[in-house]
Amino acid sequence: MDLSAINPVLLIASLMVAATPILLAAIGELVVEKAGVLNLGVEGMMIIGAIAGFATAVETGSPLVGFVAAAFAGAALSLLFVVLTQIALANQVASGLALTLFGLGLSALLGQSYVGIRPPEMGQLYLPLLSDLPIVGPILFSHDIILYFGIALTAAVWAMLKFTRVGLILRAVGENHDAAHALGYKVVRIRILAILFGGACAGLGGAYISLIRVPQWTEGMTAGVGWIALALVVFASWKPWRALLGAYLFGGLTVVQLNLQAAGVAIPVEYLAMSPYIITIVVLVILSADKSSAPAALGRIFHASR
Amino acid sequence: MTDPLLSLSGVTKAYPGVIANDQVSLTIQPGEVHALLGENGAGKSTLVKMIYGLVKPDSGEMKLNGAAFAPAEPRQARADGIAMVFQHFSLFDALNVAENIALGMENPPKMRDLARRIRDVSQTYGLPLDPSRRVGDLSAGERQRVEIIRCLLQDPKLLIMDEPTSVLTPQEVGILFETLRKLRSEGTSILYISHKLEEIRSLCDAATILRLGKNVGSCIPSDTSARDMAEMMVGSALKTPARSTRSFGDSALEVQNLTVSAPSEFGTTLRDISLTLRQGEILGIGGVAGNGQDELLSVLSGELSTSPASVQLNGHSIGHLGPNQRRGLGLLSAPEERLGHAAAPDMSLTENAMLTGAVREKLAQGGFLKWGAARGFAARIIEAFDVRTPGTENAARALSGGNLQKFVIGREVLQNPKVLVVNQPTWGVDAAAAAAIRQSLLDLAAEGAAILCISQDLDELMEISDIFAALNEGRLSPPRETTGLTVEEIGLMMGGAHGMEVAHV
Repeated sequence: MDLSAINPVLLIASLMVAATPILLAAIGELVVEKAGVLNLGVEGMMIIGAIAGFATAVETGSPLVGFVAAAFAGAALSLLFVVLTQIALANQVASGLALTLFGLGLSALLGQSYVGIRPPEMGQLYLPLLSDLPIVGPILFSHDIILYFGIALTAAVWAMLKFTRVGLILRAVGENHDAAHALGYKVVRIRILAILFGGACAGLGGAYISLIRVPQWTEGMTAGVGWIALALVVFASWKPWRALLGAYLFGGLTVVQLNLQAAGVAIPVEYLAMSPYIITIVVLVILSADKSSAPAALGRIFHASR
Repeated sequence: MTDPLLSLSGVTKAYPGVIANDQVSLTIQPGEVHALLGENGAGKSTLVKMIYGLVKPDSGEMKLNGAAFAPAEPRQARADGIAMVFQHFSLFDALNVAENIALGMENPPKMRDLARRIRDVSQTYGLPLDPSRRVGDLSAGERQRVEIIRCLLQDPKLLIMDEPTSVLTPQEVGILFETLRKLRSEGTSILYISHKLEEIRSLCDAATILRLGKNVGSCIPSDTSARDMAEMMVGSALKTPARSTRSFGDSALEVQNLTVSAPSEFGTTLRDISLTLRQGEILGIGGVAGNGQDELLSVLSGELSTSPASVQLNGHSIGHLGPNQRRGLGLLSAPEERLGHAAAPDMSLTENAMLTGAVREKLAQGGFLKWGAARGFAARIIEAFDVRTPGTENAARALSGGNLQKFVIGREVLQNPKVLVVNQPTWGVDAAAAAAIRQSLLDLAAEGAAILCISQDLDELMEISDIFAALNEGRLSPPRETTGLTVEEIGLMMGGAHGMEVAHV
């Protein structure tokens, strides 16, 4: 065992990379749930984003175009969820599970010819002076642009929910859709937009895995990250900054356990591999002791009875 | 005579299978308080929803200030100076007062300015409110203030109020009326929906009466007796339940120093409740909704268990027993919410009869259900309580409110209870069905059963109960004999005006 082989600076830098896909998906799902919709299809939308982003990036040679395509692909798959739950008024839990299974299958089909290819590399931010600083430079100022986008998105969603009228209306719809309807707000339209936003975010998260985190395509490569994002939203009490904290915690634990495995710590690999899931959930359960903030209309079907 | 503010002529709206409004006409003058009267299902709500833009009429004409008026959505109606205080469904529990008010406005100012304006208006109209409080923590009266202030901030020309006093104490009603009279003196018209006739007589300048979707008359409320208005609403002479003199037996139900913390976040904590109920006696429990009524019913029915000795039935401690064990001993209950609590909406009447009747009517044996017996029991309820339904296999949801209510009350009454606890037995039920239900409760008491009736309808409680007590913030007032009790005294038992003041200026 050689713990000195672990470089703390690199560890923190790679923690942020590991956390970003979860963060993106969780922030999208947070907005969806704030609007009162429970979309369990995050995993499916992520994997579709992963293959769409990967394929587009390989064909066009531009990772950024890949990310845009991933967002569209995630949103397009969530459109299926929209049709099922908002128009056909189907059960949200069943529809979300179907979306995940469909996404996993479809991505495997689409990805057949992309196995074993390397995607074009995403450039990293380079700020003269700042990126060259010791310790702070590699941690804060030399990542890819999508990672910063994830943090900015968290801030934007937080501010949107807290300070803007759009955010207030979104929360109102998730809180009591009958009252919102009586006041003349378009409940279904607002929910559809929220679901599409959630789909786009999940797609971005998926592409982040296939283009940056792992850079390659393998079947089922999201490996449950979508489910962790879903759990994160609940345990973060629907608060964006707490979701960020949870994502970084999970990312950090994943990276640490990989490093420990590499260092040959005398703990069976299986325990190390499961530790991020357990510890993240335990910490967030403790954090979410104030369990009051679940949107009251979450998962309930809205039907304007007029 | 001035031009009318709003006039409707020949407005018709049909839903599949029912004509909600059939050629309805209505005229409201500026600065007039206009009452819209009618039973449940007479089409009052549909009519105001059309004025507020939530529903589009199929035909007919609406005019506002002489110009054609057809709001496509509430936003447009609000822009034209129409505001509405809803009976249900329009506040958001998890949001604070200012956020709730902002959601009902077209162009809300910044939160800080809005909070200041809320304080100003609430001062002016004697409706004190803290803009930063969470709506879920407010009392029913305070929630209504939120709705009223939301409307007043938009300087409405026409204020629609849907059953505004059903959640208020008599004192709060008095203060609300002061506010409304002040608004009228400032030139605001009010369309006031209610079925409380005495209130309408004291407040309103004109009344339009609807029955089964049609205009059946109009009157000047102050010149018309409450009885005449009621008969116009119902369309026939009213039968008042007959009450026989009864003697009271031994104590049947006793509750001692009962304290139960709120079961849910927005629930009420019951504090130190004691009561005694004798055989043959009807105890009426009044109070504004949300002051512990649901919790009290849960404690008595067995949904919430307590220490064994705090609830006693015929001298036996039963506080720890569940609902079915209590049913076996003769304590039955009928909760307020018909669809979902008293009855399972998507199950048939037979299945619903089985759900509470299994124990006392022996509809189940050794874990197997006796469907024949259950069907017979359901048929007996339908027969005895004149429930209008095609048969016992109809889903509970398919019945109208009044018919389902007769079914759920009848289901308990026919099980020969020793003690029956009912919550809001006639809520949302038409006058004829309500009279039948009240009569059945009186008859049951005459046979020696003890009845505890929780209700927000004070007239109902005065009509049937022998003693009266009121719930206020989870405490029960000392019980009083009903005879000789004045409205003023009842109001004070219900907690008085809850800190409201009469309008300033």
